[in-house]
Amino acid sequence: MSIMLPSLSAAAAGPNLTEYITHHITFLTNQTPVGLVDFSVVNLDSVFFSVLLAVVFGGVFYVAARRATSGVPGKFQGFIELVLGFVDSQVKDTFQGTSRLIAPLALTIFCWVFLFNFMDLLPVDLLPDVARSVGLGHLKDVPTTDLNIVFGLSLTVFALIIFYSIRMKGLGGFIAEFTLHPFASRNLLLQALLVPVNLLLESVMFFARPISLALRLYGNLYAGEMVFVLIALLTLRTGYHALASVSGWAMIILQFVLGLAWTGFDLIIGLLQAFIFMMLTIVYLSQAYEHH
Amino acid sequence: MNINLTLIIQMIVFALLVWVTMSRIWPPLMRAVEERQRKIAQGLAAADRGEQELQQARHGAEAILREARERAGQIIDQAQHRANDILEQARVNAQQEGDRLVASARQQIGLEAARARESLRREIGEIAIAAASKLLEREIDTGTHQELISKLAAQI
Repeated sequence: MSIMLPSLSAAAAGPNLTEYITHHITFLTNQTPVGLVDFSVVNLDSVFFSVLLAVVFGGVFYVAARRATSGVPGKFQGFIELVLGFVDSQVKDTFQGTSRLIAPLALTIFCWVFLFNFMDLLPVDLLPDVARSVGLGHLKDVPTTDLNIVFGLSLTVFALIIFYSIRMKGLGGFIAEFTLHPFASRNLLLQALLVPVNLLLESVMFFARPISLALRLYGNLYAGEMVFVLIALLTLRTGYHALASVSGWAMIILQFVLGLAWTGFDLIIGLLQAFIFMMLTIVYLSQAYEHH
Repeated sequence: MNINLTLIIQMIVFALLVWVTMSRIWPPLMRAVEERQRKIAQGLAAADRGEQELQQARHGAEAILREARERAGQIIDQAQHRANDILEQARVNAQQEGDRLVASARQQIGLEAARARESLRREIGEIAIAAASKLLEREIDTGTHQELISKLAAQI
């Protein structure tokens, strides 16, 4: 929820809107990035929350796995099994083969991405203000609003797609999927002409997968985060002074109502995007397993 | 916004997390769930079996009950027959006993009557002699007239 906390800068002197927004889209980095790609830079905040939430997910499920009993399950185990059963049924519905990897992979993606997205529901200024109070200039607390994080997920999935495609179909079969499909002819000459067309089409389709997978998640969460930032702008200029006027109160109420409504929407978006990422991963991997 | 080392770190963390889930989390949880499913299936099968056994036992009990009823009927029939027999026997016995008693009573009466008649005869004889002696006013020698008295007594 986007309750505007009286941050230090806000209390000081009518903060600049651009400054405020820029502050919210700047990562905490070890050094200032140069250019679009710079592998000497690390987004410390994204890595921190990514690892933290990995530990949260891993810890909770590890405890559940250690305590798991085949007798009457408690509420905690019941909840964990609910999630487990949900993911397992989705995997079984979509993926026909046998794989020790896909179901745990789907569970990890679903829970981890949901936790990433859930960070969006924390008040936009809460963690950045805490960070500022300990001397950190910037902090982005939603890992899925970081391109590196979403591409880190989608490229790993992409690598698995390639690995399993080659393992199941062989290198020849993998290449054949790119060149002899969707246009095929019995005439060898015609087929030779169709190969470049097929290659172009299939390559675009193939490489679009990790990009669309990552950008869909990123776009949704980035937009959600921006809406919270924009809602927070309503009382940014006035700060505590809003309490002194009727219009100020109107703004406060409006901010509260919008923040509450968007929190509801964003929760659904976060859940849905985590589900979509998981489902598409299952679908892509099951296609990789399929024989033609 | 740029692509940086975070991407590589994220891929490594992701791979590690998937490995942990695959090796430490998914199998024990799934094992517990499947174990419970097996237990429930066994429980349901046992319940079915129990139901069947109950049905069989019910049939068995009914058969036994029916047999017992038949047997009881037979026993009651037999008992009635036996009771009739006993009653009949008792009646016959009673009849015989009664006849015997009547016969014995008649005999007794006959004997008594004979004894009474005998004693009466003797008394009449004595009275007759006494009367005769009175009439004759002389003593009749009982020794000589014994024969006479006996004849007289026999006539009465």
